[in-house]
Amino acid sequence: MGKTLFDKIWDAHVVAQVNDGPTQLYIDRHFCHEVTSPQAFNGLRERGLKVLRPDKTTATPDHNVPTWDQDKPIQDAISRHQVQTLTKNCEEFGITLYGLGHEKNGIVHVVGPENGLTQPGMTIVCGDSHTSTHGAFGSIAFGIGTSEVEMVLASQCILQPRPKTMLITIDGTLSKGVSSKDIILYIISKLTTGGGTGYFVEFAGSAITSLSMEARMSLCNMSIEMGARGGFIAPDQTTFDYINGREFAPKGEAWDKALAYWKTLKTDADAQFDKTYTFDAADIEPMITYGTNPGMGVGITGSIPTLNEIDEAGKISYIKSLEYMGYNPGEKMIGKPVDYVFVGSCTNGRIEDFRAFADFVKGKKKADNVVVWLVPGSRLVEKQIKAEGIDKVLESAGFVLRQPGCSACLAMNDDKVPAGKYSVSTSNRNFEGRQGPGSRTLLASVLTAAAAAVTGVVTDPREFLS
Amino acid sequence: MSNQKFNILTSTCVPLPIENVDTDQIIPARFLKATDKNGFGDNLFRDWRFNKDNTPKADFILNNPTFGGEILVGGKNFGSGSSREHAAWAIAGYGFRVVISSFFADIFKGNALNNGVLPVVVSEGFLARLFAAIEANPKSTVTVNLEAQSVTLDSTGESESFEINAYKKNCMLNGYDDIDYLLSNMAKIVEFETTDVRSTFA
Repeated sequence: MGKTLFDKIWDAHVVAQVNDGPTQLYIDRHFCHEVTSPQAFNGLRERGLKVLRPDKTTATPDHNVPTWDQDKPIQDAISRHQVQTLTKNCEEFGITLYGLGHEKNGIVHVVGPENGLTQPGMTIVCGDSHTSTHGAFGSIAFGIGTSEVEMVLASQCILQPRPKTMLITIDGTLSKGVSSKDIILYIISKLTTGGGTGYFVEFAGSAITSLSMEARMSLCNMSIEMGARGGFIAPDQTTFDYINGREFAPKGEAWDKALAYWKTLKTDADAQFDKTYTFDAADIEPMITYGTNPGMGVGITGSIPTLNEIDEAGKISYIKSLEYMGYNPGEKMIGKPVDYVFVGSCTNGRIEDFRAFADFVKGKKKADNVVVWLVPGSRLVEKQIKAEGIDKVLESAGFVLRQPGCSACLAMNDDKVPAGKYSVSTSNRNFEGRQGPGSRTLLASVLTAAAAAVTGVVTDPREFLS
Repeated sequence: MSNQKFNILTSTCVPLPIENVDTDQIIPARFLKATDKNGFGDNLFRDWRFNKDNTPKADFILNNPTFGGEILVGGKNFGSGSSREHAAWAIAGYGFRVVISSFFADIFKGNALNNGVLPVVVSEGFLARLFAAIEANPKSTVTVNLEAQSVTLDSTGESESFEINAYKKNCMLNGYDDIDYLLSNMAKIVEFETTDVRSTFA
């Protein structure tokens, strides 16, 4: 029987198998940020250990950083201390740091791919659940806890139980106005936030292979939101073209060898998955969430489910969720009020996202009732936005471009949505308080966010597309 | 950095019959700015537990003196979302040594085990009966026996076995952590690096 791509990459990284226990897996690339690493570095110090392979770890502060006045010291003393602690740790342990203000600084899951650090066939970890983003390149990439960050720093290895494999196939052509963000919100709404738990997912099918790398990253990014250990897409010409020429991509003879290897990275025709799902791209419309987890989503023209549609054990949570959101069962989503719009994050903070937003709002005006935060995923994205004149388009439509960081995705900096306010957000989580205590988040694509930004209410972006 | 050893625990329980309890609820992001592991228990379930003015919310279970103990019983899909290990530190810091649910998110489960907190998976039926028994009598105790891999509702004697791999079980029983193991395997790591086919282009 053939092997899945997951099996091939996993097997190529097994250092040892613990008897009746986890696998000791070698890690090719480790990304670090300021929030989940300080206790790991403390652990190394307490044990008197060095970082085993400092060249395989790259660090960048992103969660705590302000998105305004980045050239000035961070106002929040505790945030400033955490960012400074990352700097000190990187200096002490010899790790490359793209600090605040560095031309490569940005959200860790934007920085890795755009610099060619993320490559097919790799094992990639970071103390951040959205590490699944890197799966877009055909790598086994997953989020880890801080104890595991310490393991990787100390030994370049991690102990992991082998997950089961899942194949999600989406064939067909996406309708106009439907993006990869809508695909993943659709899948999670079908599978629920626990539907992928225990599995590593391969996404396949014509609707997937036709996606750009940026769109693939948005999709794989949210694999964790269905509980999956990670999600990836087999590398193809789109992948190779994206990587070629980037700073840390293999060059010359090494490129040829790498490419030859990467081309072998696909699931065998007769390989078996533990679970498979198939969806039709034509069934997917722009999605929006109405509740407090990413599985609580509907097509934008749809309605919030009624209580009869919820199973008995889930009713308490469902009622609690709708109370938090200030919604009632059965209500339509179209026309719901919007106070904030956030475009950015490791899900939708890449150049394509800003191109799409600018194309949509060109010649239109920002609605007066909404505050809009447009936050590039990295300094390089910001630079590209300016090089393409996208910032001018945004300005003339009444929008302001901010500076890179995780920003309002989890509101560890000052970009907080006030209590009770509604935010249409291109980020990845709509948990209670995620965008600030009491904030109410509606997850959506960049186009749906753009439509809300110009109309001031939940709007079907297709109404504006010819 | 060894963890506290775990073998048998008999305790009253705190019931939290909410599904999909995510790690943003267990410890909100604004409390993740510390650079050590201390004090997270004070902010466990912060926004469910306290009002904006920091007064306790009377209707939240942790503020109800009727319920207490070292076992937290949660609804299905406990610990979903963010990988923040701070969630495990908050649960341990508050004083819980066991979390019982019918389903855990993967990363949380790993983080809990790495901090000496035992995640115990029970059937949905047993979970429902646990909730009912605790609600009916908050003094109901549950016994978790790691060696025997059993969880028992002491008042009725109903018991289920739970799964844990032999390696992690041994770590929990003895307070070992994974780094001890990995460091003992350094020769294999170096051998892997020298024989890896990808080393010619990586």
